[in-house]
Amino acid sequence: MILGLALLSGCDREAREVRGKPLPETAVAAQTSTLFPGGGSAGPEDPRAEMYAENAYHISEGGRLYRQMNCVGCHANGGGGMGPALMDDQWRYGGRMDQIVASIDQGRPNGMPSWRGKLTPTQMWQLAAYVRTLSANVPKDAAPSRNDTMSNIYPRTLAEPEPPSASDPAGAKGPAR
Amino acid sequence: MSKATQAGMGGGLLLLTGCAGVQSIAPSGGAHTAAFNNLFVIFLVVCGFFYLLVIGFLGAAILRRRREGDTGVPMLFRAWVALVSVSLVGLAFASWLTDRAMASYSEQGSPVRVRLTANQWWWDVTYFGASHSEDIRTANELHLPVGRPALIELKSNDVIHSFWVPNLAGKQDLIPGRTGDIALLPRKSGVFRGQCAEFCGAQHAHMALTVIVEPEAQFRAWSRRQLATARTPTTAQQLAGMAYVTTRECATCHAIAGTSASASVGPDLTHVASRSTIAAGTLPMGRGGLYAWIADPQGVKPGAHMPYIGLEARELDAVVAYLESLK
Amino acid sequence: MIARDGPELQGAELHDRLARTWSRKPGLIGWLSTVDHKEVGRRYAVTAFIFFALAGVLALIMRTQLATPESGLISADRYNQIFTMHGSTMMFLFAVPVMDAIAIYLIPLMVGARTIAFPRLHAFSYYMYLGGGLMLWIAFALNIGPDIGWFAYTPLSGPEYDPGKRADMWAQMITFTEVAALALSASIIGTIFKLRAPGMRLDRMPLFAWAMLVVSFMVIFAMPAIALASAFLISDRLVGTQFFNPAEGGDPILWQHMFWFFGHPEVYIIFLPATGFVSQITETFSGRSIFGYPFMVLALVATGLLAFGLWVHHMFATGLPRLGYAFYTAASMTVAIPSGIQIFCWIATMWSGRPRFAVPMLYVVGFIITFVIGGLSGVMVASVPLDLQMHDTYFVVAHFHYVLIGGAVFPLLGVVTYWFPKITGRMMSERLGRWGFGLLFAAFNLTFMPMHWTGLMGMPRRVYTYPAGMGWDVLNLVSTIGAFGIAVAVILFLVNVFTSYWKGEPAGPNPWGGTSLEWATTSPPPPYNFAHVPVVESRTPLWDVDGGPLPVMTGLQVDERETLMTTLIDAEPDVLEASAEPSIWPLVAAIVTAILFVGSVFTPWAIVWGSIPVAIALIAWFWPKKALEPGEEPVSA
Repeated sequence: MILGLALLSGCDREAREVRGKPLPETAVAAQTSTLFPGGGSAGPEDPRAEMYAENAYHISEGGRLYRQMNCVGCHANGGGGMGPALMDDQWRYGGRMDQIVASIDQGRPNGMPSWRGKLTPTQMWQLAAYVRTLSANVPKDAAPSRNDTMSNIYPRTLAEPEPPSASDPAGAKGPAR
Repeated sequence: MSKATQAGMGGGLLLLTGCAGVQSIAPSGGAHTAAFNNLFVIFLVVCGFFYLLVIGFLGAAILRRRREGDTGVPMLFRAWVALVSVSLVGLAFASWLTDRAMASYSEQGSPVRVRLTANQWWWDVTYFGASHSEDIRTANELHLPVGRPALIELKSNDVIHSFWVPNLAGKQDLIPGRTGDIALLPRKSGVFRGQCAEFCGAQHAHMALTVIVEPEAQFRAWSRRQLATARTPTTAQQLAGMAYVTTRECATCHAIAGTSASASVGPDLTHVASRSTIAAGTLPMGRGGLYAWIADPQGVKPGAHMPYIGLEARELDAVVAYLESLK
Repeated sequence: MIARDGPELQGAELHDRLARTWSRKPGLIGWLSTVDHKEVGRRYAVTAFIFFALAGVLALIMRTQLATPESGLISADRYNQIFTMHGSTMMFLFAVPVMDAIAIYLIPLMVGARTIAFPRLHAFSYYMYLGGGLMLWIAFALNIGPDIGWFAYTPLSGPEYDPGKRADMWAQMITFTEVAALALSASIIGTIFKLRAPGMRLDRMPLFAWAMLVVSFMVIFAMPAIALASAFLISDRLVGTQFFNPAEGGDPILWQHMFWFFGHPEVYIIFLPATGFVSQITETFSGRSIFGYPFMVLALVATGLLAFGLWVHHMFATGLPRLGYAFYTAASMTVAIPSGIQIFCWIATMWSGRPRFAVPMLYVVGFIITFVIGGLSGVMVASVPLDLQMHDTYFVVAHFHYVLIGGAVFPLLGVVTYWFPKITGRMMSERLGRWGFGLLFAAFNLTFMPMHWTGLMGMPRRVYTYPAGMGWDVLNLVSTIGAFGIAVAVILFLVNVFTSYWKGEPAGPNPWGGTSLEWATTSPPPPYNFAHVPVVESRTPLWDVDGGPLPVMTGLQVDERETLMTTLIDAEPDVLEASAEPSIWPLVAAIVTAILFVGSVFTPWAIVWGSIPVAIALIAWFWPKKALEPGEEPVSA
């Protein structure tokens, strides 16, 4: 029983809907601006958001697109670079699923291109779902622990050991002598 | 009684008569047809002999008349162990010799150099030309000149796949992070089929590779055609299709040489209509196949990485018309 | 005053007092806290057969899907889960546990012991096994079934290519079953080494006991490899370690080495107990002791050792150095020598005996006819050039089903028929048994014989569908028809089991005229197995006394669970030792361990917090009892 209940909770996260979610009649899609620079409040969230946000398959597909579409080029693996970091909790244009989709869809000033017509809406939702995992907003049982790619930090264990200094023939690197 | 022997005989005949299909374990088009078939027959004969021996012994043990005091068995025991051991040594040796023989072949002309990169679930093919500008990129189809060795570099972009064209040679895995290689020497013209032989995920079943072995002249002609940039569309509909393909979702993943589409995520489409299948052997190439595939890739090959776009009928007509012209 | 069995205390009074000592408490708690190896063995076997039936249903679904080309019966995603579940269930939840189940029921009886060694541990083992099986099947029902094959090759099973928790469920099921199997191996080795009846020297042991001894050691050496591998996989998936990530210096091939270092011995862990069954049946029904006993023992030990030296033959296509391949080809072929010796000895036993062809013996004959086909096709795929073509085709599917069904399931069904009267006290129907055997034999060959051709014609394994026009259609349809025949045969067998359980002809202690010690006690055996400890003077104790009473040894306490331990090699009486009382703590320990295991699929903190209740349960389990009176030397009758 306990076992069953424990697992039941993970159910939705496992579905693999290869066509993406059907578009609800009422959804305004991601066309409307979700920017509220003056402080206004965002409307109710798109109902598709939660269907994508914590689904392991969509997150995984989003991760693949994140690398294939070269998001890494500007955002690195979440740490940022030319583009803003995605793994912190600061969002210039909103960190909600539909807000992230809007950013992908419409593009943003200072270099973020618009992907409208380049990616399908499903793919944008998948990407947004993955982007949200970078800032650890997503349950562990939906988000992958890592990818099979090089992380951007070179592992210390593989680094060349520093050569022993001449003044220290034994090669021991102790604290200041 | 001896089903194995029957099976063996059948299998042997199958190989020997060469009544093999396009994907049959009879390397009928490969360099080592004779060596493989001989080894197979040796194993079949030895194993069949042992099977008959065991079944004969079993039958005799069950059916024989009983007399008191049987003493013959212990001697036979030693003979049996000796016979099994000697035969196994013989088989192991035959196998090893064949393996050695298959590892080498006499060089005949300069080899064709190809890089085969496996993806979930399609094959990316690159022919190395004399210079970088003469490289040819295609997908899910391998053209090889008959009688010339082909050195194939094997890579994987995601999980482990296995390259297997049974009519030409045995398997070789494509492992991420490693570069493997396999040398083929096709000896017979023909169209063969290969298929990924290592379970690689949802669409492992739909990851086929067409191998076309053709005379040198035809191969050269094919190479020349592949090296050319894509055909310029002629009709208005094709032009509309080109406009869509090169500016919209398609160009996000696919490349068409001579246009602005240059992504390398999905298969190269420069001469897509010259190939015989769509989506790694899932559908035959043709107008019907293209319609089915582009309208709903997830219905044809669920889980494949080509998304469902939801083209309007007019757009779909145009895209298919354009792709169809890319001979 | 300590009461001991002997001339003054025997007959009905002895039976009553022993029964009182060795019985478990009534009620649910009593049922859950039993440490009786016969009860645990029965539960183990019933559970394993339920998993067998479930996995069999999956096989039928797959065969239905493959009956026609381009079939759309089930989706690719479902099919991949189904074939993974079929393989994993058959290997981990049926084949190995069912052999163990029969071993824990019968080994103590065969060696003349009152109980199994470490009785609480083997009860714990059952609950762990049950927990692992339940977890996997509940996950499957919830669409979290693994879809990575029973071999779970990385990186396909890694965090990037298998999103969600599917692979974790598989890997954690391995953890459950490996804990269960290791616990049982300790119990079985302990029983065989220390609880044998006086006089049962190692060279007088029944061959099934020898087989289980070898298998238990194999489990102890093979399981750590998969334990490590699945722990690596889970930590790659859960906390982002890089064991199998090539980009960061990990290696996907490492997984294959570790998996097959376990995976190949696993096949022999399934097959060797089956050879033990065949030996027991052949001996009884031929009416003579097994021909070439020392060679049989050596063959078992040799197989056990060689099994660890051939794992690379699963990896010929990965591109390892070719000279290494030659070694593994030779090693793989070498293993045919002990198998050949065993086959010869069984047939020679029949030859020089007077075989009676009751149903168990029919299964032995069926075993020889089919297993040898599988063995010989195994010799073929051991050859590198042949394997590079046949690997991962239906030829291999045919090969290992001939080995596993012909080589293990046939003897298993034979031995169930053989030991059914011992376990239930009733005979199975001979007529239904013959029909069941005949149908199974025919349907099995109809299913798997065509797969040799399907493989040679190039059909790869693990495809959820295939195109028409490849020449595979008819053969696949035939296989599917055969598969339903197998299902009918299995149903017939089950019908026979159930009707015989209620209405079968009552069996005496020794209905088949067997010679090993399990036939010396009543059917079904009492909770204490033997009223007096039997004494063994040869390999065929019951035939020696020819229906008369066995020589016995007396002097064991009747009001304590006292057992006689004997020396390792010569089985001379050594010490008297109290066996553990029934306890609920193995169940509690299993439950908290299961919570830890299942929790650690989702968060690494489950290991930290889960270890506290596990520690508490184990402390309660092992809480020392009051010291017992030191046992005196047993008194011979």
